[in-house]
Amino acid sequence: MYAQMVKTDGAGVKASDEMTAEERDFQARIDEGSRIEPKEWMPAGYRKTLIRQISQHAHSEIVGQLPESNWITRAPTLERKAILLAKVQDEAGHGLYLYCAAETLGISRDEMFEQLHSGKAKYSSIFNYPTLTWADIGTVGWLVDGAAIMNQVPLQRTSYGPYARAMVRICKEESFHQRQGFDIMMKMAQGTEAQRRMAQDALNRFWFPALMMFGPSDAESVHSAQSMAWKIKIDTNDALRQKFVDQTVPQATYLGLTIPDETLVWNADKFGEGQGGHDFAEPDWDEFFAVVSGNGPCNAERLGARVDAWEAGAWYRDGLMAHADKQAARSASKDAA
Amino acid sequence: MSSGTAAPRPSDEPTDERPARREWPLWEIFIRGQHGLNHRHVGSLHAPDAAMAIGNARDVYTRRNEGVSIWAVRSADVVASVPSEKGPMFDPADAKVYRHPTFFDIPDDVGHM
Amino acid sequence: MTGDDDAVFEYLLRLGDNCLILAHRTSEWCGHGPALEEDIALANTALDLIGQTRLWLSLAGEVEGAGRSADDLAYRRDAMDFRNVSLVEQPNGDFAHTLVRQFLFDAWHLPTLHALARSSDPRIAAIAEKATKEVTYHLERSTDLVIRLGDGSAESHARLQTALTSLWPFSDELRDPDDIEYRLARDGIAPAPDAVVAQWEGHVFEALRRATLERPEEGRGRFKGRGKQGRHGEHLGLLLAEMQSLSRAHPGASW
Repeated sequence: MYAQMVKTDGAGVKASDEMTAEERDFQARIDEGSRIEPKEWMPAGYRKTLIRQISQHAHSEIVGQLPESNWITRAPTLERKAILLAKVQDEAGHGLYLYCAAETLGISRDEMFEQLHSGKAKYSSIFNYPTLTWADIGTVGWLVDGAAIMNQVPLQRTSYGPYARAMVRICKEESFHQRQGFDIMMKMAQGTEAQRRMAQDALNRFWFPALMMFGPSDAESVHSAQSMAWKIKIDTNDALRQKFVDQTVPQATYLGLTIPDETLVWNADKFGEGQGGHDFAEPDWDEFFAVVSGNGPCNAERLGARVDAWEAGAWYRDGLMAHADKQAARSASKDAA
Repeated sequence: MSSGTAAPRPSDEPTDERPARREWPLWEIFIRGQHGLNHRHVGSLHAPDAAMAIGNARDVYTRRNEGVSIWAVRSADVVASVPSEKGPMFDPADAKVYRHPTFFDIPDDVGHM
Repeated sequence: MTGDDDAVFEYLLRLGDNCLILAHRTSEWCGHGPALEEDIALANTALDLIGQTRLWLSLAGEVEGAGRSADDLAYRRDAMDFRNVSLVEQPNGDFAHTLVRQFLFDAWHLPTLHALARSSDPRIAAIAEKATKEVTYHLERSTDLVIRLGDGSAESHARLQTALTSLWPFSDELRDPDDIEYRLARDGIAPAPDAVVAQWEGHVFEALRRATLERPEEGRGRFKGRGKQGRHGEHLGLLLAEMQSLSRAHPGASW
């Protein structure tokens, strides 16, 4: 999902006899499940694709703090306040782990922020939607973190070592994110009439944007095939989306809430040979492309908030470097004396 | 241990013309758990100097009781073996089976050894 | 409540409200911090303070004996019933203001907690002992940052100086103990206030010196609010309106 709009180089996966010896060795290592580490030779396309994907994943984490952080100040109990704050704090941490992983590929954190702030880099579409009620906080945890987990768990097996290790840490921390969201939904769905209405309303607004998180079908995509060959992408968009729907439907049923898709129905033989799955409506891909290109409900606010934070924080970052430099100079002259 | 100095920039990326701002350097963080014997590599972070690297590591990497001791090393100071030399570096150890106690068949009658 | 309980209740509200309002203000930075590492560190501070809030306000409710929970006290009192010092309700401003506010408060909070850990009331002592570890770290961190940024770049120095000058008058309230504080000190429940003030001044003055910051003029805080007595400025009302809005909109609901 963080590879939305990430294009790999070239016309597609090379056949073995089209590869150089280096490329063949590299592909063999990936095929056998070895990890690629920073100091190793890698195709330029692999490096470039990884930088884009990891940094866009990182951008998604830190932009993802914003839709939920604005509800910390209105959290309705002290416990929920602490839980939400801990969750949003985790997202900052996830961004940090991923930026650090990307740095091993030859790009600095400052450069990555520059790409985000200038609009050159993308982040997950979902975070351009507004959080309008407390039920949205529950829904974001339940559906958005749910979708993210679906994508992240397989990425623990991705070929690039630093990325895989970051994903292991992220997955460990992420497990509470979805649970706290679902916990909020349970309380509300079983609460007052007003709470139940809020919960249903949130589900109505977030269902299709959550499905969009997995990206459009990549059946036709040349780039998707290369990413899969390099084990930068583990599952297809459609496979993940199907898994997400099948997992979420019983959860909505448990809550007594209705998924806003009248065509949603269990199809016992959807994949043949008795392998079933839900039939469901596709999201509006025009909406998706509009949102990813900057025209969603909150793009300007989200990016603006990140730019403001970065610019307002420059004196702080520079001030601390200035102090560190002064201290280093003082030690040096003390040693020299 | 994975990361070391940053890999060279891909040559097709444009270089930045503006003067570089002093970014906080990158540090590798190692944590020893409460019942652990070794400091384990847990990840990296940015900090302006060593003392803040420890503080930042406490705040970033010990939120879930991960440990009681922190080491921080500047990433630039980490020296790593060269991956492509893995064969000559590490394979020869495979042929020295006699370094392992299980190579030797000591009769049970001898008692514990 | 007896007269004694009354004073203890008031005092516990002060402790809890300080933590709550400062935690709330600090949490406003989440997602907007000047660096990711700092965003995470600030959130840790706020989380510690929320935890302390729950302990102090729960105990306050117990002492009051009217069945009010920590959440009831946090979400159902009006501004004039809050007992936090005016310092902690000041808006975040730039990061320098946030940092200086934290520093000035931490320097009072830690010696207070150290002394409370020896309170004749075992419930208070228990809470204070736990909180002391957290606040030891808070003060170490805020002091370190004040020194680094005070003795940092020209801009960081200037911003810290501005923040210090602007917030210094609010430190008067921290250094001006009232009857409740003296009374509870006599009963062995709370610290000797003058000792806390002396420790505050010792720590703060030395830190400012190392930070190359100029100590502002004294005595300008007379009209800056007496929050611990319930006389707040305009900021608290707005803060509580936001904080309590959802909870008040759904009385009786569980979350």
